[in-house]
Amino acid sequence: MTLIAVTRATLFKDLRLEWRSKDAINSMLFFALLVVVVFSFSFDPNAEESRQIAGGLVWVAFLFAAVVALNQTWARELRNQVLDAYRVSPAPANSLFIAKALGNFIFVAVLEGLMTPLFIMFYQLRSLGPSWQLIPVAGLGTWALVVNGTFFAAMSLRTRSREIMLPLLLFPISIPALLGMVNATTAILTGELSARFWIVLLACYDVVFTIACLLLFELVLQAE
Amino acid sequence: MRPAPVKSSLTTPDLAVISVDGLAKQFGRFAALRGVSAEFAPGRLYVILGDNGAGKTTLLRCLAGLARPTRGTVAVLGQTDVHAVSAQIGYMAHPSLLYDEMSAMENLRYFAGLYDIRDDATCARVIAAVGLDATLARPVAQYSQGMRQRLSLARAILNDPQVLLLDEPFSNVDAHSAREMAGLLTRMRDSGKTILVVTHQASLLKNAADEFVWMEAGKITRRTATLQPMEAQ
Amino acid sequence: MKRVFPILVVLVSAFLGYAAYQALVVAPTEQTMGNVQRIFYYHVSSAWTAFLLFTINFVASVIYLIRRNPAADAVALVSAEVGVVFCTVVLVTGPLWARPVWGIWWTWDVRLTSTLVLWLIYLSYLMLRRFSTSSQTPVLAAALAVFGALDVPLVYFSIWIFRTQHPQPVIGAGGSIDPRMMHVLLINWLAFLCLAALLCWARYHLERMRREIEETEALEALLEPRGSR
Repeated sequence: MTLIAVTRATLFKDLRLEWRSKDAINSMLFFALLVVVVFSFSFDPNAEESRQIAGGLVWVAFLFAAVVALNQTWARELRNQVLDAYRVSPAPANSLFIAKALGNFIFVAVLEGLMTPLFIMFYQLRSLGPSWQLIPVAGLGTWALVVNGTFFAAMSLRTRSREIMLPLLLFPISIPALLGMVNATTAILTGELSARFWIVLLACYDVVFTIACLLLFELVLQAE
Repeated sequence: MRPAPVKSSLTTPDLAVISVDGLAKQFGRFAALRGVSAEFAPGRLYVILGDNGAGKTTLLRCLAGLARPTRGTVAVLGQTDVHAVSAQIGYMAHPSLLYDEMSAMENLRYFAGLYDIRDDATCARVIAAVGLDATLARPVAQYSQGMRQRLSLARAILNDPQVLLLDEPFSNVDAHSAREMAGLLTRMRDSGKTILVVTHQASLLKNAADEFVWMEAGKITRRTATLQPMEAQ
Repeated sequence: MKRVFPILVVLVSAFLGYAAYQALVVAPTEQTMGNVQRIFYYHVSSAWTAFLLFTINFVASVIYLIRRNPAADAVALVSAEVGVVFCTVVLVTGPLWARPVWGIWWTWDVRLTSTLVLWLIYLSYLMLRRFSTSSQTPVLAAALAVFGALDVPLVYFSIWIFRTQHPQPVIGAGGSIDPRMMHVLLINWLAFLCLAALLCWARYHLERMRREIEETEALEALLEPRGSR
């Protein structure tokens, strides 16, 4: 099926390009490291407090790293106006969206994979609740940021001040998801409350906005 | 506000492959196209000429479906929604529309996939047709401008399109390669394709072109069968 | 328009004055909170008005996406702008009320929080309209409005979960409202609706004129010969 084939081809192309222009990855990884260090200098609690605020810290750090990553991935399509080549072809718009979103997800997940051990180290984090639950929280939370982030990054291609428009559009809409990620993480780390409702919220958020993005992306892509 | 179309210098065949009626395109207050009405016949090579700002690029973008007309209609291969026939259209622009970090074959393999073409042989064939080496593993960023232009043309003809829209294909290309590209375009026209070429180097297609379309200030001013000097109006 | 507008301004001002009189003088003083509670009439009226306007924006945006009707787009723009104004009033009166009564500036109250999120979403909507370079800005804006509308129930859901886990004070009448207060509230709401309608109408008229001018200039650019190069 063309949709799957084009999605796969686009995703692999993006991963290959990302791998080749290593300066983008390197600068992103360095940025992620810097964010963790700066946060650690700014908030220096003892072990008990750290569990209370770690959820918020970690996800805000991920959010900033994600925004920088999201801006990068569409920037590549603007060089040499390559996006026009895609638009002119019969390839479905949603293939491009899914491929970009998946690529962003992988990219942000790599960043999170780097930042998490550092946070654990600096804040001596240890989870008092069921730590396996952190995996669905991380997965659903990251997808929530990435799916809307990819969509709004595409939208901000058509604006002045492109790079600032992305966070301006993304942050307000992401507030419920952010609440979900932060509170779920805090609930699991402190073990005091159940993260179940938050995980359900994140799942609902992901479903609703993934569908919305898939329905509306073609309009955004073809808005010249 | 429908200007009378400038009559084609060719005998008009029955079915136009591209027809444009009252096409206007505005960017804010700037009117790039100010009412273009024309028909283009199948199997012909048209050269579009004019100064910078005449609207040539905008016309091609409207025909390719990249720009939405502010007014008027565009019909390509009988469809007003150009995206319905995008598999039959090839487009080449002044930017290369290529990924700098990939090699020629990698670029073409990817774009071929967008047209549901999965074999390498097609990619190798078009690379050879524009006179490049398919085995070249260098990323496109290291190509000369002329090589990049040729690869961009290869990308445009990958899907063997019925309609080819080329914007400045010969710019920065050396004379020998440019002649070869012109020869390729002639052969494609002879096999029945419709080709619209925007260029400042019309002399390359002096003998090959079927018609020269002159644009000025967003309109088509005249259509001639031969390349006359600009002074003789 | 020119003749009717000043009359309407006078009428609406009179109505607002009457509503203010009702709220500040006639309405009974609240038992525990005292006179500060009177801000409730402005806070809640603005909130309901803002939500109504944002609903109009959502409907207009959907209509635009389906039919590409320029009037729908103008309605969407107008309702967003006026909605943001009323939203601002809610966000200012909320803390003003909360501080003297409960000693806190802010609380994760469902209405206040969802108003804040809506305010942010619509500010980003207005920013998108201002910063967009596309010729299809209305389409992009309408898409954003749809996203915003989808977000609202999720905001409610998330605040609900938050409040069950972290009990928070509620701003506003906790239990039932005295019928006399309800009466004054409805008067104030009606007055605010009239004000909103007047503002929207004036803004819509302005927007229509602006678009007409743009169209005329565009047509002129099409017909006139270009300036010398």
